[in-house]
Amino acid sequence: MSDIAATVASAAPEAADDDGIVKKKKVGVFFWIFTGWVALVVLASILAPLLGLQDPNNANFDAINQGPTTAHLLGTDDLGRDILSRVIYGARVSLIVGFGAMSIGMIFGGTLGMVAAYRRGAVDSFVSAVSYVMLAFPALVAVIAIVAFWGHDIWKITIIVGIASIPLVYRVVRAATLSYATREFVTAAKSQGATDIRILTRELLPNVLPAIISFFLIGVASVIILEGALAFLGLSVQPPTASWGNMISESRTYLSQNPWLALFPSLAMFLFLIALNLIGDSLRQVLDVQDSKL
Amino acid sequence: MAKFLFKRALALIAILFVVSIGTFFLIHLLPGDPTVTILGPNDTAHNKAVLLQQLGLNKPIWQQYWIWLGNVLTGNLGQSFITHATVTSTLAHAVPIDIELVIISQVLALGIAIPLAIASARRPNGLLDRVSTTSSFAMLALPPFIIIVFLVLIFSIHFHVFPGPGSYVPFTQNPWSNLHTMILPAIVLAVGSIVIYFRLLRGDLISTLQEEYITMARSKGLSDRYIMWRHALRPSSLSLLAAAGLNIGGLIAGAFVVEYLLAIPGLGYALVNSIQQVDYLTVQGITLFVAVVVVVLNFIIDFLFTILDPRIARE
Amino acid sequence: MSGELVVDEGFPTEEETQGLLLKVTDLKTSFATPRGRVRAVDGVSLELGRGETLGIVGESGSGKTVLSRSIMGLLPRRTTTQSGSIVFDGTEIVGAEDKTLRTLWGAKIAMVFQDPMTSLNPVVRIERQITESLRLHTSMDKAEAKATAISLLGQVGIPSPTERVRNYPHQLSGGMRQRVTIAIALACSPRLLLADEPTTGLDVTVQAQILDLLSSLQQERHMAVILVTHDLGVVATRTDKIAVMYAGRIVETTTTRRLFADMAMPYTKALLNSTPRISDPSHTRLTAIDGRPPDLINPPPGCAFAPRCESATDQCRTEAPPLRPAPSDPTHLFACWNPLPGGTAGRVTTLEESP
Repeated sequence: MSDIAATVASAAPEAADDDGIVKKKKVGVFFWIFTGWVALVVLASILAPLLGLQDPNNANFDAINQGPTTAHLLGTDDLGRDILSRVIYGARVSLIVGFGAMSIGMIFGGTLGMVAAYRRGAVDSFVSAVSYVMLAFPALVAVIAIVAFWGHDIWKITIIVGIASIPLVYRVVRAATLSYATREFVTAAKSQGATDIRILTRELLPNVLPAIISFFLIGVASVIILEGALAFLGLSVQPPTASWGNMISESRTYLSQNPWLALFPSLAMFLFLIALNLIGDSLRQVLDVQDSKL
Repeated sequence: MAKFLFKRALALIAILFVVSIGTFFLIHLLPGDPTVTILGPNDTAHNKAVLLQQLGLNKPIWQQYWIWLGNVLTGNLGQSFITHATVTSTLAHAVPIDIELVIISQVLALGIAIPLAIASARRPNGLLDRVSTTSSFAMLALPPFIIIVFLVLIFSIHFHVFPGPGSYVPFTQNPWSNLHTMILPAIVLAVGSIVIYFRLLRGDLISTLQEEYITMARSKGLSDRYIMWRHALRPSSLSLLAAAGLNIGGLIAGAFVVEYLLAIPGLGYALVNSIQQVDYLTVQGITLFVAVVVVVLNFIIDFLFTILDPRIARE
Repeated sequence: MSGELVVDEGFPTEEETQGLLLKVTDLKTSFATPRGRVRAVDGVSLELGRGETLGIVGESGSGKTVLSRSIMGLLPRRTTTQSGSIVFDGTEIVGAEDKTLRTLWGAKIAMVFQDPMTSLNPVVRIERQITESLRLHTSMDKAEAKATAISLLGQVGIPSPTERVRNYPHQLSGGMRQRVTIAIALACSPRLLLADEPTTGLDVTVQAQILDLLSSLQQERHMAVILVTHDLGVVATRTDKIAVMYAGRIVETTTTRRLFADMAMPYTKALLNSTPRISDPSHTRLTAIDGRPPDLINPPPGCAFAPRCESATDQCRTEAPPLRPAPSDPTHLFACWNPLPGGTAGRVTTLEESP
């Protein structure tokens, strides 16, 4: 059987069963597992002080570079600090930078994008031109340079990365809004005398929300990677503060003696990133009326 | 087409102008005395006088910008007060290493992504497609710094297949050892590109294969392999080019991290070192250089589009 | 035209079988869709002699496109189920391997597609799109293939073919593109050309040019043609026989001359009335057929056309009429309980009464 014929056959990627009924896509079990994981990480990092963990910065030179033990479930690092505790506290940095920066991007870029797509005209042309120029500037290099000059505490990093994300968020939200802004229901609302604010929040926002939420989650994942890269370059929060990036970076020194040191923070970050990507992807597929209609 | 290129060239100049202003003000909008900022702790009266003269700091800021821009355009990016090397010579040493790294990684990436995408697109939802699509999705969540830690652990520390960090050998000294040291970083860089190229090409091919002109090609009796390479892949190669363009920024960023971690004296290594040594002129020079390279490469790719896509060429 | 009409007159003799180019027997083609199985072709039989022209006529959704692609063997197999038999020039198409089909495709059977805007690869030059099948199926070298491509473009009426051969599809008008697809189809002198609505996307004036071009090329090359269309006017003067399709079945088939002289099916009549004629004064009102073609997933019981038919009776709504010969002419087959009066088709009630 021809492979190309097989491809042509799968106009819809779903597999057909014998009755000729093609199954519809739904969120799978992985969606719920990963949503649970994200919830767990967020809750644990917020409630960290209440969990009875050991002090993440408490050195204990009697127990350095240990693998997992009953006293230290994920082992200890080169200073005898508890890795479980550091992984949980370290999540705070990723979460604050990731969600904080993307929120800044959404508040400014998202609002601008919706307004520009709805009003069109000179405002749209101007903001779009500015965003085009800003996007041409390689974001990471700009962020590295600015962080290097301005200093790298967690809030400065959040603000800088947040600002750097605005033009991209703007373009995505603008494109998503644009596809709805000219539809009949908007015209209908206008003809009934609805205010612009009402149209933007009640008519357009619910429609673009799936795309925005999905992009937001995937954006958070990218920002967390960016923060990790900064940590490796020594440009994120400074030791001894625990962050996933810092922990993975520090583990390199003892890689041959204690690979656990690298494994647990890497695993935490990897699973968190994959969860964000998967949830974002599934939400887009399921919520997007455009995609899921038969 | 000439008009289109002209508009693009104008946009290029506008963007380069904005880039130059951005990099210039990186230093000059910082609070405090720029001479202190630039000279750092090694401030001496002599250095300060040289710097004031070199940058024209006693003049209004716009004039300073024009002086700086004039210097930049003549290839003078200033001289580091820390290492006493000119920024241009630092770039000249570092850039070839990045070029080598990027080329090797992209050859690897295309060499893996294209055949894999073709094989997957031939049977969407087949076993190979499921495996490669799922693993490419997982790879999206693997940042280069995690990959490198584990590749070093496996290939350098355990199996001694590739040398570990700090074993860089210049190409001119021993090409063979040089390539040997570059493979590991190139693999790390390639992973991110493979994921991007594979996902893009697979999706593109699946939709192209449903086009009527593919059925038409089949109706001529052409073999599947011929149809794939001559009819299906060709339109997709353009989107691949676009993706490569968008990927350049990320690739350079990835190269920075990888170089720093493996102590390969490329741009990223130089950048981080100069940040740590508070060598602002070098930081500024590298930032400007990278920004210009990304902008210009994107322009070139835009230009290639107009040549390669017959549909755009007409307009 | 030297090809004689081959019609079903009892058992075919050996000579007649040799004259037969294509024989389709009880072909059923269905697809898996999200809503269920679509029976796009539901028991079609037909025959075509060498050099003969058959028109397949029906509304969109009547299964005529699927039928033509089934004959070609081009349908995607993973979602398609086929039964019955299609014998082309001694080769069984149903269930054949792609390897076998590829020796026929382009060389012995070729197809002109509906929309020249989508059937030519936008990023491949005209030259390659013509020469690739020449290089594949003949022993021509590159230069010979190019010369042949240029001469083919000339034959299909493209001005300055030497320059045009270097063009990309978007540089040609719609009519020119369809001429190119015809040149591609004719490249290896196939025995059978399937033309699926070859003029639908084109201007009215260009439509006639393309159809006339097809007719004259066919006569020059002694090639059999299956012309698929929704427009009875298109097939009226350009075919030897006609098969009218409705809901995946042939509902009436006979020679073109007889069909227009004495049509039996109310559906054929309705189709004819919905066709504009050049001879009509402008602004003549066309009679559209009310209603829609039936759902091919759950077809109604009885005659599929009954819900839209003016002369439908209770029998039509409950019992599907078989395809049977008219008493006056056994080569004229139709499936109707209440055929149109007049002519020699007459009224037939049972199969037993027919000779």
